[in-house]
Amino acid sequence: MALNNEIIKQKLTEKFGESVSNFKEQFGMLSFETPKEMNLKVLQLLYDDEELKFRFMTDLTAVHYPKELGRELAVVYHLHNLTDNVRLRYKVFTSIENTDVYTTSKLFSAANWMERETFDFYGINFVGHPNLIRILNVDEMDYFPMRKEFPLEDQTRIDKDDEMFGRGGTLGFGTEKSIIGTIAEDEKHNETNKVL
Amino acid sequence: MSDVLHHHIKLPEGSIEKQTTTLNLGPTHPATHGVFQNIIELDGERIVSAEQTVGFIHRAFEKIAERRPLYQITTLTDRLNYCSSPINNMGWHLTCEKLLKVETPKRVDYLRVIIMELARITDHLICNSIVGVDAGAYTGFLYVMQWREHVYEIYEEVCGSRLTTNMGRIGGFERNFTNVAFEKLEKFLKEFPGVWREFENLFKRNRIFMDRTKDTGAISAERALNYGFTGPNLRASGVDYDVRIHTPYSSYQDFDFTVPVGTTGDNYDRWLVRGEEVWQSLSIIEQAYKKVQEFKGTEADVYHADCPAYYLPEKKDVYTKMEALIYHFKIIMGETEIPKGEVYSAVEGANGELGFYLISDGGRTPYRLHFRRPCFIYYQAYSELTDNAMLSDAIITMSSLNLIAGELDA
Repeated sequence: MALNNEIIKQKLTEKFGESVSNFKEQFGMLSFETPKEMNLKVLQLLYDDEELKFRFMTDLTAVHYPKELGRELAVVYHLHNLTDNVRLRYKVFTSIENTDVYTTSKLFSAANWMERETFDFYGINFVGHPNLIRILNVDEMDYFPMRKEFPLEDQTRIDKDDEMFGRGGTLGFGTEKSIIGTIAEDEKHNETNKVL
Repeated sequence: MSDVLHHHIKLPEGSIEKQTTTLNLGPTHPATHGVFQNIIELDGERIVSAEQTVGFIHRAFEKIAERRPLYQITTLTDRLNYCSSPINNMGWHLTCEKLLKVETPKRVDYLRVIIMELARITDHLICNSIVGVDAGAYTGFLYVMQWREHVYEIYEEVCGSRLTTNMGRIGGFERNFTNVAFEKLEKFLKEFPGVWREFENLFKRNRIFMDRTKDTGAISAERALNYGFTGPNLRASGVDYDVRIHTPYSSYQDFDFTVPVGTTGDNYDRWLVRGEEVWQSLSIIEQAYKKVQEFKGTEADVYHADCPAYYLPEKKDVYTKMEALIYHFKIIMGETEIPKGEVYSAVEGANGELGFYLISDGGRTPYRLHFRRPCFIYYQAYSELTDNAMLSDAIITMSSLNLIAGELDA
């Protein structure tokens, strides 16, 4: 019988019970999450099981959700079973204070650089990674640029803001916040931004 | 000095050298074809260890994309694998269409297939001829490079630009293909096969070329899969994974073609697989062109899907029609809301599976966009591929992997 999302779901709940949660199916791809401590166990099961056979790591990346307190960062694995041609998406969430997540580079050699990239941009600390250093950014960089607190534009500029693209800005159009007018207020605004 | 080194570097058994040499290959070395740096530890001419440094042309595309409306991201994808930009463009449009649930007409699919396969041919002809250059044969490179020029003329006819094409829109193409484009395509289909055959004859059974490429830079199927290899590099080691077959997009299921596979995964097999893929691409283009010609009358004028909210309207409509003006304004100003959702969509790029992982939170720009760049993932195998290899073979291995710095560094 060909593998389908129902079987994967069943196998996972059978083995891990309540810990596997948030099953979703979007555009045909099954997505689920578990506590971050379990990532190796889950990936190992997906890899070893003779029916599941998720032995190809397509992609590994992270997403930052600053509003979800305690689970700000998501590490997203895309796996592919090449024999049955089924893909799945697996997420673990971690808090931004403690970003330890076990490395999967022992299981998938492909994960080595992808984890370095994820560390480089999101600061996920992959525990046990053989060489967790920056890969695309300069070594001297002391922040994680893909996190949402770093907007693309220079933070001190107030003539451009995200609001134009539908996601709240510094000018506060349509909110109670008034437009920052005086130079003194501008400077104060800049300082608060720097602190952020 | 050598005593110090002996403490740190273990020389291989039977080494006649007293110490190893550190060679800094790149980032702007002529043999690296792109901005790569390799710090190579050499024992004579044999590589003891190689460490890659990447990121020299990192341009933060993923970050930039978080501030751009969908149609402006196409230009970012151009600059990933710039040897086959149209594939990236189409891949991006297909991702958007998947999220926006836009269905494209068959004619658009077939036109896209023509363009994507042309792009695959240009990419492969460069890669294969560069392998030749690195083995000491320059002629073939210049010879086929002319033909890339002819393909670029077709691009120019379709979208107006050549290298970074920014071709097409969400839903289709910006304009219909002109007759000149089809004439150029016909000319290419007629004349290129002879050129490619001649090029292959120069190399395929050439003793020097075979000696240089056989059994060098080899990787087993198992290791290749574990390293996340895709595309011709994976197929050269014997795994017949091709996104066009596994998850057909843009009506690839309507075409009849085979997926060439190798056995040893060495430089020679990679070269052969690419060479054969060019033949398959030519056959696909011919089939697609035939299908395109079957559309007659008004059907032959279809070059985009009916999705006014996302497809930029024609300029003459903008001046005369109210709806077109509104949509034009909304699209250009980036005021079109993207539906919520998470989507992963992949196309068979010229050097592997090019994936787009797009998360939308309902805003006007992606919440998160991640590019699965095939060569970033498989370049990490380079130190394993070149372990204990000769330096000159390592150069060939690098070019036969088809690494494109723009894609690698995003």
